[in-house]
Amino acid sequence: MRIQPAEERRIALPPRARIVPIASVMAGSLLTILPVIADAPLWPPFGLMMLLGWRLLRPELWQAWIAIPLGAFDDLFSGQPLGSGIMLWTLTLLVLDMMDNPAMWRDYWVEWLVGAIALAFCLAGGAAVVTLTTGGSVLMPVLPQIAISVAAFPFFLRLCALLDRWRLRL
Amino acid sequence: MASPQHRRPGFSRRARLGLFTAYVAAVAGLIVGIGLIILSRVDPIGYASLRAVATDITAPITGAGRAVVRGAGSVADNVGAYWNAGGQNRALREELERARPKLVQARATEFENRRLKQLLRLSEVAHPPIATVRVIGSTATSSRRLATITAGRNMGVRPGQPVRSVDGLVGRVAEVGFTTARIVLLTDAGNTVPVKLVRNGVPALATGRGDGRIELRALIAGETPFRRGDLVVSSGTGGIYPPNIPVAVIASADGDTAVAAPLADPARLDFAVVLDVFHPDMPPLPPTVRP
Repeated sequence: MRIQPAEERRIALPPRARIVPIASVMAGSLLTILPVIADAPLWPPFGLMMLLGWRLLRPELWQAWIAIPLGAFDDLFSGQPLGSGIMLWTLTLLVLDMMDNPAMWRDYWVEWLVGAIALAFCLAGGAAVVTLTTGGSVLMPVLPQIAISVAAFPFFLRLCALLDRWRLRL
Repeated sequence: MASPQHRRPGFSRRARLGLFTAYVAAVAGLIVGIGLIILSRVDPIGYASLRAVATDITAPITGAGRAVVRGAGSVADNVGAYWNAGGQNRALREELERARPKLVQARATEFENRRLKQLLRLSEVAHPPIATVRVIGSTATSSRRLATITAGRNMGVRPGQPVRSVDGLVGRVAEVGFTTARIVLLTDAGNTVPVKLVRNGVPALATGRGDGRIELRALIAGETPFRRGDLVVSSGTGGIYPPNIPVAVIASADGDTAVAAPLADPARLDFAVVLDVFHPDMPPLPPTVRP
């Protein structure tokens, strides 16, 4: 009897297990099509929060390049200049990969902190990209958005955990 | 719990190569992203068509939900209006009494105005609006302040056209799809409108601040022309925006800058009108001097 290599075993999961994480991030990006007209950027970036939730919950799920298609999809609907999501999301995942050293212990608070830093980086970076491409200074209006997103992040971690249990149920 | 050790491929050459390739792909994507951002700085309309297609596809969902959101948002207002009905009635009656003489005066002024214009043989060619549209969505997560409207190339909407509502100026068209278009609202940091104060005609520039407010800068030096509550209308200088569309009310003044609130609140807009690009009349030719 031959022992199956890891890749083959991974493929044996039902397709739902592969699709649910990607679909949930894309659904998060699509929430901006809801018919709400906002005077200021106050909504948390749902797509990014789902991506970070999955990344922190299941570090082995994705390689860093997954941020390229997902970030491009987010750019289509977010109103940010095209390329902003691609760059910031990929950079975030690459840095998270670098930080995954075995010496660091992880618990709920560390995950929240990591998520908060990543969110603040991406939102401030997005504002910087807008400043670069259209001019004007838009960093101040982003601060409340960062606060809202950081406060809402644990909820999205829980949501990812919930979806994770559902997707792996046989 | 300690972090997992999934990024350690061990001795398997294949696993190592796979990990390496994944990182190369990610870094390549990073560079492509930076390239796209630089491209959108140099050529803002470059990939607009791609986004316009995405907006076209999702517009039916957005449009269908808009009525529900508006209904939910106005419930509190309706309850408040019912509660205050008596006081409001009285206040409105008083306001009407005060407004009636002004209306008569305004009619007289309008008549005189028309007569003077006839004397001067000034003709005003009113351009018909291009499309009447619904405003159905916005970029709630981004620092850009863009809104989606329900008309695109099929109705003759083109980038650069001004958009107004009953209350005042809304913005201008940025990206055009086939059935939808994205407009840059007045509050976007990339939008600047030449305006003037109604009270004294002082010209100013109105720039969005990205947080729902507008910043005004006077074009005269050494004075403090702004007062709280001043009305600002578009001046029509330089074309694009037609003159005398209400833009904003000044909320606070500070030296020769002021912060104003836009009159057309995008969150409450039902309908907006896309106008043709305004071309100011040519100035009269200088008199030719014959030697």
